[in-house]
Amino acid sequence: MSKLYIARSPRVAARSLGGEMMIMSGRDSTLFTLNQTASILWRAADGSTPLEEIVQQKICSEFEVDPAEALQDAETLARELAGHQILQISEQPIPPPGASGEAR
Amino acid sequence: MSNLLEEMTRKALKLNIPLSVQLDLTYRCNERCVHCYLDHQDYGEMTTAEIKRLLDEMAEAGVFILTLSGGEIMLRKDFFEILEYARQLTFCVKLKTNAILIREQEAARIRELGVESIQISIYSHRAEVHDAITLVPGSLQRSLDAASFLKSQGLRVVLANVLMVQNVQDYQGVRALATEMGLESTLDPTITPMMDGDRSVLNLGIDPNSLPQIFREEAIAEDEEVCAIETGDDILQHLPCSAGHTTCYVSPYGDVYPCVQFPLPTGNVRKQRFIDIWRHSDEMNDVRSIRLKDLNTCTSCAHVGSCSRCPGLAYMEGNMRGPSSQDCEKSFAKTGVPSANMLAKKRGAANLVQIRAIPVPASVPGAGAIA
Repeated sequence: MSKLYIARSPRVAARSLGGEMMIMSGRDSTLFTLNQTASILWRAADGSTPLEEIVQQKICSEFEVDPAEALQDAETLARELAGHQILQISEQPIPPPGASGEAR
Repeated sequence: MSNLLEEMTRKALKLNIPLSVQLDLTYRCNERCVHCYLDHQDYGEMTTAEIKRLLDEMAEAGVFILTLSGGEIMLRKDFFEILEYARQLTFCVKLKTNAILIREQEAARIRELGVESIQISIYSHRAEVHDAITLVPGSLQRSLDAASFLKSQGLRVVLANVLMVQNVQDYQGVRALATEMGLESTLDPTITPMMDGDRSVLNLGIDPNSLPQIFREEAIAEDEEVCAIETGDDILQHLPCSAGHTTCYVSPYGDVYPCVQFPLPTGNVRKQRFIDIWRHSDEMNDVRSIRLKDLNTCTSCAHVGSCSRCPGLAYMEGNMRGPSSQDCEKSFAKTGVPSANMLAKKRGAANLVQIRAIPVPASVPGAGAIA
């Protein structure tokens, strides 16, 4: 199975509000909020760390979950967020764009 | 306001987070709009480095929506550097501009940087009216060209119209123009007093008697981030507006105010951290303490639960816990029911001019009523 890489879309706006991520789509200004787990994925989506590694390091270390199940859930979530164009997914590392940054 | 944004606003309120900030980058402008409340001077604007430090502090404080305005933002030579930095900090950036300096290249850059929306001031669909308000010949065409460039980039463009005596006949024309161009439009009948307190500019405001018809025909602009916040079932416990609660304003000199229309100084980011002003300024906390139940006159008003009373306009009238006459007129225009403030003024005025007849004994020669 090939590795999957995720990166925050450079066109979104994002801010953490009381531990919950607020994300506004750059496509149509739709506002999303991410729960705690999704927020962890979002913050770790640097384009260079494989999703599998993110799940192992950031999810499985925090929550008592089955790694295979957690990875499957993370992939589903990543594809859903990519559908809204707030996350990029690729089987290759995603180079950082000039204007994307770390959401606080 | 979307349900989710409303929910986030309530959460920000609970956590005391300034969710939305308007930052004016400059008061300089390349137009000279007759109704403008600014003086167009530069008394020492924040430098690029100071603005970047402020943006860092605002991101740290939790600011999500950042409106960059002025003056004319494009007159800052470092405008794109500031915008790029703001987007690196993942703010949701909105721009307010007259857009006359935006051509294809600038429009493309704005799109590339992921700006949420651009609000462009358009006062009429007729050049002779718009240009007579901006005092810049050719400005309508330049602004509309820019709107087209921005629209062709797929950006959300809003034509913002301020209603005044000069353009009161043209609001439908502006709306039709926006529709034709595939843009949004807003209409606002509020004229703001000059920053130095000079209220003569209010003479440009339209006749309140025209408002009812306009309200019937048009949706009047209310900034979605600056509207009243419901905090429970008791109307009198509601917050009058979000100024100082989830929003604030920063001037080009670093002065922080509860809102762009609320010139109560609360601190300066050149001397204090933004978050310290937001959390600890006595003035900000005073504004925050106001509830509808605390408002003089307004508590007994028929419109108390529905009025869009602006505490900043009330402050400029002399009392931030008092009524705002412009909003009283709006409520009256919407319903035909005079506000408590209007009735009180009428009574006061009546008392001032009324001269009662003084009864004089009939035996006095030439006796009669004085009035």
